[in-house]
Amino acid sequence: MNKTANIRILLNGIIRENPIFVLLLGMCPTLGTTSSAANGMGMGLATMFVLTCTNMVISGLKNLIPDAVRIPAYVVIIATFVTPLQMFIEAFLPELNKSLGLFIPLIVVNCLVLGRAEAFAGKHGLLQSGLDGIGMGLGFTLALTLLGAVRELLGSGKIFALTLLPEQYGALVFVLAPGAFIALGLLIALINKLRKAA
Amino acid sequence: MKKLASSFPNMFLSLLGVCAISGLIVTGANIYTSGPIARSKAAALEEALRKVIPAFDNNPLQEMYRAGIAEGDSLSIYPATKDGQPVGAAVESITRKGFSGEIKILVGFDAEGRLVDYSVLQHAETPGLGSKMDAWFRTDKNQQSVIGRSLAQGALSLAKDGGDVDGITASTITSRAFLDALNRAYSAYAGANIDSQTGASKINKTNNE
Repeated sequence: MNKTANIRILLNGIIRENPIFVLLLGMCPTLGTTSSAANGMGMGLATMFVLTCTNMVISGLKNLIPDAVRIPAYVVIIATFVTPLQMFIEAFLPELNKSLGLFIPLIVVNCLVLGRAEAFAGKHGLLQSGLDGIGMGLGFTLALTLLGAVRELLGSGKIFALTLLPEQYGALVFVLAPGAFIALGLLIALINKLRKAA
Repeated sequence: MKKLASSFPNMFLSLLGVCAISGLIVTGANIYTSGPIARSKAAALEEALRKVIPAFDNNPLQEMYRAGIAEGDSLSIYPATKDGQPVGAAVESITRKGFSGEIKILVGFDAEGRLVDYSVLQHAETPGLGSKMDAWFRTDKNQQSVIGRSLAQGALSLAKDGGDVDGITASTITSRAFLDALNRAYSAYAGANIDSQTGASKINKTNNE
């Protein structure tokens, strides 16, 4: 019984409660970093790492943290993972650091991370919290990569910097901020339609 | 184990503990990564230097000096020599005339003041429009390219401002700012190397006023 429940927790974040398309959490990095598929994927993986680690640590410490101070404690724990992550990316992946820039430190205040800490990790065990982090992180990564790929294709005719269409057919608006809103809205509509049909 | 009650000592100790451990981890990560971060920055700068100046055999990073330009700013200059002879220099130039934020470029000149190559180090121009500058001004098409131009004969300006450089389509502000950065780079370089410039005087004015 436990095994199927755990698998359900893992899959939950990918489809049924996808953080972007269903929960609509963490919109700021979603709209800001998805100008290309590679950027979206980098951001998604960084968030997944932080989410999984913080979920497990918070779940392990949940009885040691009194309720009244749990939010500041969670934020400090999240920052403890984000800050070194940013330093490591700056040291070993300077290209990714250049394209994601400010959005890495902003993972600290990503409401997806704090939201899962509060709604899930604070109430569940270590294993389940880790699985929830991986599932939610995967869902986030897939959604960001998909959104980035759509915007990159429509905006500049490429996916993962691989040219599919000549650049003059690209609609520049999809690379800019308004295109992020338009593409995200249409993707959400499409996912809702598919979820209803299923 | 039961959850700790929200009494003052409990709250104080648990937050103190979380912050202390967090501080230790961040300090450790900082000590561990500060070396690699500095190395990767230096490597990126050196790679850009190799791209923009002719073959050299000294270490321009160590011989860096700052030279003042007209508006009270000063720019970093990386002189390049080969077998003791100066072959040119790279100038790290910056302009605040861009469409959004500062544009930082590294510009290489040879000993005669011709532009060898450039590299955009940092910018926040519009993606898909102004961000094309990294490729645009080196493309050999119409009068787009600035590579090989000699700034000793005067500052560069856009065709629509009476000059002879074709700017980026739909990005006039970025194009002007980019040329401004080039001209500033040259005025710093020429001002610092006045003896190596035969008869070329300092260029004090930027082009777009």
